[in-house]
Amino acid sequence: MADLRNNFLGIKSPNPFWLASAPPTDRLVNVTRAFKAGWGGVVWKTLGDGDPIVNVSGPRYGAIHGSDRRLIGLNNIELITDRPLEINLQEIKQVKRDWPDRAMVVSLMVPCEEPNWKAILKRVEETECDGVELNFGCPHGMSERGMGAAVGQVPEYIEMVARWCKTHTNMPVIVKLTPNITDIRFPARAAKKGGADAVSLINTISSIMSVDLDQMSPWPVVDGQGTHGGYCGPAVKPIALNMVAEIGRDAETRGLPISAIGGVTTWKDAADFIAMGAGNVQVCTAAMTYGFKIVEEMISGLSKFMDEKGYQTTEDFRGLALPKVTDWQYLNLNYVVKASIDQDLCISCGRCHQVCEDTSHQAITNMVDGKRKFVVKDEECVGCNLCAITCPVQDCITMVPQTKGTDPRTGFEYGRSYANWTTHPNNPGAKAAE
Amino acid sequence: MGSTRAEGIQAGRLTPADYDANFSDIHAPLSRHEAFVESERCYFCHDAPCQTACPTSIDIPLFIREIASGNDLGAAETILSANILGGMCARVCPTETLCEEACVREHAEGKPVKIGLLQRHATDRLMESGKQPFKRVTSTGKKVAVVGGGPAGLSCAHKLAELGHEVTIYEAKEKLGGLNEFGIAAYKATENFAQREVDFILSIGGITVKAGHALGHNLDIAKLRQSYDAVFVGTGLAGVNKLGLSGEDTLSGVVDAVKYIAELRQAKDLSKLPVGRNVVVIGGGMTAVDVAVQSKKLGAESVTIVYRRGQDEMKASAYEQHLAQTSGVTIRTFAQPVSLVGANGKVTGVTFDETEVKGGKLTASGGQYTLPADMVFTAIGQIFVPDGLNGADALALENGRIMVDAERRTSVKHIWAGGDCIAGGQDLTVAAVEDGKQAALSIHHTLMGA
Repeated sequence: MADLRNNFLGIKSPNPFWLASAPPTDRLVNVTRAFKAGWGGVVWKTLGDGDPIVNVSGPRYGAIHGSDRRLIGLNNIELITDRPLEINLQEIKQVKRDWPDRAMVVSLMVPCEEPNWKAILKRVEETECDGVELNFGCPHGMSERGMGAAVGQVPEYIEMVARWCKTHTNMPVIVKLTPNITDIRFPARAAKKGGADAVSLINTISSIMSVDLDQMSPWPVVDGQGTHGGYCGPAVKPIALNMVAEIGRDAETRGLPISAIGGVTTWKDAADFIAMGAGNVQVCTAAMTYGFKIVEEMISGLSKFMDEKGYQTTEDFRGLALPKVTDWQYLNLNYVVKASIDQDLCISCGRCHQVCEDTSHQAITNMVDGKRKFVVKDEECVGCNLCAITCPVQDCITMVPQTKGTDPRTGFEYGRSYANWTTHPNNPGAKAAE
Repeated sequence: MGSTRAEGIQAGRLTPADYDANFSDIHAPLSRHEAFVESERCYFCHDAPCQTACPTSIDIPLFIREIASGNDLGAAETILSANILGGMCARVCPTETLCEEACVREHAEGKPVKIGLLQRHATDRLMESGKQPFKRVTSTGKKVAVVGGGPAGLSCAHKLAELGHEVTIYEAKEKLGGLNEFGIAAYKATENFAQREVDFILSIGGITVKAGHALGHNLDIAKLRQSYDAVFVGTGLAGVNKLGLSGEDTLSGVVDAVKYIAELRQAKDLSKLPVGRNVVVIGGGMTAVDVAVQSKKLGAESVTIVYRRGQDEMKASAYEQHLAQTSGVTIRTFAQPVSLVGANGKVTGVTFDETEVKGGKLTASGGQYTLPADMVFTAIGQIFVPDGLNGADALALENGRIMVDAERRTSVKHIWAGGDCIAGGQDLTVAAVEDGKQAALSIHHTLMGA
């Protein structure tokens, strides 16, 4: 039986599924419901200092939907907690006492002054929580005040604040990174230099969801105006997964613990991040779309996967995919796949033909012997995968590796040994094969 | 107040609420939500099989995608540009043997996209908007006579008007619409939809309607040819087949189903329309099912369709047969009527020979039974009546109907024909619409030399 117990920086939780710092973790009542539902831990919604911030009372969320109004992307303009610090601290303490086996990490965001950080860390320590997460990520609202992403976009600030925090507390310090930068490795390196115990990523992406064409205003509309918000949900997972991999591959940050965030919706998403090196995952949008019960599917799915593969704990497969992430230039140019259409599964929608014909390589028939039939023309197929991902029937179109014979498209033999761009004759900068 | 068990042919067998319920929309329209969900099931196929299966070649994937993107009126325009009677076709088309049978989801899951209901959703929105999306081009000065204001004639007239011609529709009855108005089962075209659709079609302008004009009575095709640049004949099937049994014309209670349905469709108050307690319907087509189901819905206690061959050979679709059976109609097969039984001038029953197919031929198998009936509907086929078509040149017929070529040109120059009155047709509203459209395009090319 898979053992899902998680140990991240010494913070223990019964499973690797934490709720990210966000609206679901703003108050005792929500977090208690989450723990009852089975969540392994939470990162409490970001605390600030001074007077509580004020949120808009107009719409705070926008979304894009896929088929059947399935939410695939969410954005928000909600700020950090708008409740008094004292109440939050009392509730954090209470919940941690009530649920000692669950992870309780507290997210923080105060102005970039050492006394502010020192002061709030002392207050938070009194709650007996398990650690803190520094919110250097929110791209909206708070960033206009020099906090959130405004800090996360300047590696020197990240390093400075992380160092202050490590100086003023013994609690584990996680730095939450913003994806609104050009290269995620720089803020991650800064966090490490500042002494952070871990990074968590990604925070949300700056975004405008759509335009209300009646009001000619960004949507959601707050009394005739709109502003950019933070984008999250299933649509951002690929961006997050790449950033997690980048940090995992970087010589300077390799081995830095990562709590992965970004569109985790099912056990598979979580397994992807763990395979890419993450120690655990944080979830928000999926809970905000379906409620807390989804953790049951995550627990059951991850357990089943691990049982099938023979992994006892998540450490057994953590990071296994990371060494396979490489640069394009090292991909094997002699590896050849051809699309193959299972005629028994084909329902003759013809979309593979249509997209290949219009936008790719004209490699799929629409007619064979005068009959509607969709067959791959190996002499044209470049193995691009477009047909397979367009096909509405799972496993109907597969990409079959070619090992014997000659490629009718290129005239080359299949199964030639590995060769990449670095040694290719067309590459002006090619090195001699070693 | 009568009841389903009142003897003889009686009106008012049901409560007013029963009539309302029985003759309401047989398929509730999709709600906005349902339409969204359903529209997103469409795969937007290449060279879509549903479109190929549609006699009017409606671009189904496109209109469904328009619905999915919140553009209902655009969807309606896509539909109506191929089929101006797309609203009625959405209600009456046997989609299970046309577009929905061809849908790849039927192939994949046995659950096709509900194309008919989506088409209705879009066209209903357009009808509600009161907009006529098509505009007439500059007048060509050409005049075309359309004889018959049913689906074929209306389709032809609208397309001709759109192309700038002056159209006059001559209709024998007092109202346009043809079978949509007088023949389709009431629960398929509720809320006066047929007339609302006629009004919509006429709203393009350029169409003059002359009701009460019938060929062979007060209309002469030879004169029409002289006064108009072109003539389109879409007169449908004016006659019905007879049983050829004694008492058919003398016994009261023996009724032509087509006539009865027309009466039902025009009835202002269904509680005033008499129907028998024990109804027997002879025939196996759509008309048989329509009259049987509607008799049941009017409160007949027992309704039996008797067809001489097996259920597979009934012209009514499997779907329609199912509708009859779930409406409480009994279908008996392999029996043909041999005599009408009567007393005091009223029909009291029908005697049937049991039949079988031997060596591919239908023969009596020896058995016989009599069904009691106070009302007997004959629904054994409608026939083309060529009266009044013989002008200077007679239109050539084929299998008893007007012969046309692919462009719906008859054997006589400047006369086109379409709908049920032509040979080789499918006797479907949607096929009639296509005939009218193709004839209009052919007329246009001929008159304009383009």
